[in-house]
Amino acid sequence: MSTLVMPRPIGVQMNSLLLHRFAKPLVFGLSLLPFCWLLYAAITQQLGANPAEALIRATGDWTLRFLCLVLAVTPLRVISGTPALARFRRMVGLFVYFYVCIHLLSYSGFDMGFEVADIAKDIAKRPFILVGFTAFMLLTPLALTSFNRAIKALGGKRWQGLHKLVYAVAGLAVLHFFWMRAGKNNFAEVAVYAAILGSLLGWRFIRFIRKNRL
Amino acid sequence: MLIKTSHDGFSHPTSSDITSPTVYAGRRDLIKLMASGVAGAALSTWAAREAHAQSLGATPRPGKGTALPGARSTLSGSVTMEKLTDYKDASSYNNFYEFGTDKADPAKNAHSLKTTPWTVEIEGLVKKPAKYTLEDLLKLSAQEERIYRLRCVEGWSMVIPWVGYSLSELIKRVEPLGSAKYVEFVTQADPKTMPFVGSRVLEWPYVEGLRLDEAMNPLTLLSFGMYGEVLPNQSGAPVRLVVPWKYGFKSGKSLVKIRFTDKQPATAWNKAAASEYGFFSNVNPNVDHPRWSQATERRIGEDGLFAKKRKTLMFNGYEAQVGQLYAGMDLKKFF
Repeated sequence: MSTLVMPRPIGVQMNSLLLHRFAKPLVFGLSLLPFCWLLYAAITQQLGANPAEALIRATGDWTLRFLCLVLAVTPLRVISGTPALARFRRMVGLFVYFYVCIHLLSYSGFDMGFEVADIAKDIAKRPFILVGFTAFMLLTPLALTSFNRAIKALGGKRWQGLHKLVYAVAGLAVLHFFWMRAGKNNFAEVAVYAAILGSLLGWRFIRFIRKNRL
Repeated sequence: MLIKTSHDGFSHPTSSDITSPTVYAGRRDLIKLMASGVAGAALSTWAAREAHAQSLGATPRPGKGTALPGARSTLSGSVTMEKLTDYKDASSYNNFYEFGTDKADPAKNAHSLKTTPWTVEIEGLVKKPAKYTLEDLLKLSAQEERIYRLRCVEGWSMVIPWVGYSLSELIKRVEPLGSAKYVEFVTQADPKTMPFVGSRVLEWPYVEGLRLDEAMNPLTLLSFGMYGEVLPNQSGAPVRLVVPWKYGFKSGKSLVKIRFTDKQPATAWNKAAASEYGFFSNVNPNVDHPRWSQATERRIGEDGLFAKKRKTLMFNGYEAQVGQLYAGMDLKKFF
């Protein structure tokens, strides 16, 4: 008995890989790596002369990176024809929230000494802190409604509408980063994130326009 | 850590750090001698001075560059007793935009800076304009060690033992004219050896300035070294300014020209953002940067991750020495 083995299209191959039972734990483990590294570096004093600053910046960077990843899921899924990618969207999204929480905690603790009054003053004083804080506030309801029962309770349409807030978060996150770097007129990295997030949102915008005309 | 340093306790960098047994055994004789009569009275002042010097502790040399010894300065306020910042932190975490905007960049990139030959030109409203070679400058006055607090406008601080002498020594030699009111410091801007010269962050060369009376204040240091050695490239080799009561950016690095003028110099950060960086830029906890508070600071290497930041001092703690320079001035307006 012989069968002719046809090469399967890339998307289909990817799909079966992503459906593997170890795929999710693997992504989970990989997503935790930056956190583990930062924790290890902090304990072994490898964060340089100003560890507080290093931690605040690194956790901010990782929040942005996971934001790029989570917003890339749908475009990648559609373009490459890999429906299984959708399985990872919630986990990656929750890692955005995980890293932004550590980012906010690092700032509140290491920079502000957990002084609520000082934090409130700082939010009022520095527009870029306000923008960052707003982005965090907008992400919070998304994290809180990420489980299945919340989706059912809200109803799919409303849930989706609520979760479109992540587009605003992407804009605020880039603005936050831009403003933070404005002091040094150093926008090279900001431009990279703006380009990635911009094209991911642009793709959605174009798709939306096309859908509504047809 | 696997690598032992002198901070680990029982390892000593050199045998000379260990008190020799003969000196140790003779300590009681010395005390007896001091206790006895007139000779003792004379000796006890000497002993007290020695004890004081010892409590300060000799600055340990990091062994990274040529030695540049300086006698501890006796100028009031010029030697703080605070704990020195580790050389490693002081030499790997600073701003020197000619080598990149990240604070780790200068240490990574400044090896390309060429510091020999080096000349500093003195020009403008002076009787004796001149071009000094670095060798001339090093010999112009006795080298002193001064331990200054350094407060960066970004909100962090260090304690650094600099080696140099008061800029006023040089200024006296060139005899400023009566019309000279300001001093402009022009720093090196060589795109071949400084990779970020030409980037659009700031205007090049990086120019800083002081009022003549500020420049003449004995605390204003023309510095050639730190931690008992010549300045590492990333810290502004071979010669830089250190103005301890102003935010760090006022202290120009790798100086090539000192110009005496009757007009307030247009300084680099002031040109880039006039509303954020004033000409004076004195350390002042009561005048915030438009984008952040200046009331507190993080002492690098000392305040642990969970320590609260320390309060920033008026004029960085040098109010007694320099406060009179600004008597009657509205420091909120002239920030």
